[in-house]
Amino acid sequence: MSTETGVRVRRPGAMTALAASSKWILLVIGLVFAIVPFIWMVSGSFRSESDLFGNPASLFPTSITLHGYLGVWEQLPFLRLLGNTFLFAGVTTAATLLFDSLCAYALARLKFRGRNLAFILVIATLMVPFQVTLIPVFIELFHFGWLNTYQGLIVPRATSAFGIFLFRQFFISIPTELDEAARIDGAGHFRIYWRIILPLAKPAIATVAILNFMNLWNDLLWPLVVTSDPNMLTLPAGLTLFGGQHVTDHAVLLAGATISLIPIAVAFFFAQKYFVAGVATTGLK
Amino acid sequence: MSTHTTEPALSRPARDGAGSLPRNAEPVRPGPRGDGSTRRRRRRFQPAWLFMAPSLIILGVFVLFPILQTLYYSFFDWTIGASTQTFLGFGNYIKLFQDPQFWNALGVTLVFTAFAVALQITLGFGSALMLLKDNLITRIVRSVYFFPTIVSFVTIGLVWKFLLDPSIGLVGGLTQLLGLQPVAWLTSTSLALPSVIFVAVWRSVGFAMILFVAALKAVPAERYEAGRLDGANNRQLTLHITIPSVRPTLLFATMILTIQSLQVFDLVYVMTDGGPVFRTDSLVNLIYRDGFVNYQTGYASAVSWVLFALIMLLSLLQLRLFRYNDVD
Repeated sequence: MSTETGVRVRRPGAMTALAASSKWILLVIGLVFAIVPFIWMVSGSFRSESDLFGNPASLFPTSITLHGYLGVWEQLPFLRLLGNTFLFAGVTTAATLLFDSLCAYALARLKFRGRNLAFILVIATLMVPFQVTLIPVFIELFHFGWLNTYQGLIVPRATSAFGIFLFRQFFISIPTELDEAARIDGAGHFRIYWRIILPLAKPAIATVAILNFMNLWNDLLWPLVVTSDPNMLTLPAGLTLFGGQHVTDHAVLLAGATISLIPIAVAFFFAQKYFVAGVATTGLK
Repeated sequence: MSTHTTEPALSRPARDGAGSLPRNAEPVRPGPRGDGSTRRRRRRFQPAWLFMAPSLIILGVFVLFPILQTLYYSFFDWTIGASTQTFLGFGNYIKLFQDPQFWNALGVTLVFTAFAVALQITLGFGSALMLLKDNLITRIVRSVYFFPTIVSFVTIGLVWKFLLDPSIGLVGGLTQLLGLQPVAWLTSTSLALPSVIFVAVWRSVGFAMILFVAALKAVPAERYEAGRLDGANNRQLTLHITIPSVRPTLLFATMILTIQSLQVFDLVYVMTDGGPVFRTDSLVNLIYRDGFVNYQTGYASAVSWVLFALIMLLSLLQLRLFRYNDVD
């Protein structure tokens, strides 16, 4: 702003260099903040209690010990928790993909009385925070005898209004000529959905699958409410409950946290663009 | 729930007009019976409801019906499994407005939301501006910034709880290196809430950033050229072209983050469990404790509806606020 004199020609350039370097200093600080906690988590899972207490300023272990990982095996029903989480997140995501895309197919491709009403109902459920429905859902599951069961964990989560919405938007963009051609060839609705629409909707499937799996894998409150039996807990719920009661060893909890992070981190590494696309496309709406 | 059973019979034969095929009718097969009666019967059946049945039933049973149930319970001194329930009218709501625990939780939730969202949006927008160019380095930096968003609140809460621990944590260790006393961040009545807010911000800055990068890239370059031709400087360009162009995303991000913050539970539950002395006790924490630990179902239901109303109100307010400036 102060450089309106034409004498110092290089001044604006110098400003940009200054701006650029301060920009990169800020970005590097951001990087350090983003990465260090994860490095500390992984390294902490290999440290002994005395090392943690003795060298709190150190980012790396003085000597590597596996007792955190051994403790995870001994002190937590770890395989069971891991299996539960995979089952819960995997089966629920598969069911969600099927149900959401079926529902979205009808909303996007079929004309029928009540379509707008159905769509409004679906969108309305998007607005309801699930914490508000938690108590009645708990009571419903209690009456069904579904507490501490896999169906109790899975069925209420087996569809998502968000997924229906995303699929519907995607299906609408697929040209209708394709369905019409198939219909002339004698294909029914289900065949059109299964053979034509779904194969074209792979990006939408990937996005819904990844966002859903991630949310379910990470969820705490839902498994905490539906399950109380330690054999039915998922990883986040198990780590939280055991972290408070049975485990006092920090390395054990950090090892548990590290292991629970691996599947999501691997998925992120290989399918990053779907994570980002899922977030970004919904943001542009 | 009942909607999908009542509609099918009412459907009229669909004719989209000459030339195009009826979109929802069964394909006209050269079947053995071409007479009108079977055709009409077949048209009455609406496969659409069959396609939607699984989703609509689940949403009906586990979302729409429960939200009304919550309202119903909130008028009772409800106890799970009891044969009779005492009707209280607005008793729970009156109790709630006189309950210091509720006001405390409301205050904590609002403070948390206000600071967390403001910081997430500002820092997210700032980093998006800095990382707009597309090259290998910016892509890697963006991925690293985004990464915490996909990690569970439990993991993040646990790691930060230990990081901030004055005796084992890295933060305490570094303060000691500087010759200062380590701070007990999470057990201090004045620092616990800011610490939790910091962690929430740390997790979601990348989420806001990704939204803004996508939106900023979609701003047509001609607008900037036009602005420059009019002699605008960089700051003016940001203020008068960039920000108005990404207003829908700004609204979306603010709303999503606000709703997410008002529902904060996992992070608080893992890091402080509402303590010290309820300084980080959020509304959902209160609902969880009263509903599932103290079994005050009716009362917790009333708090739930207040939370629902609050979320609705703030969402509508934000919609109004952002649309207000739309007449450019």
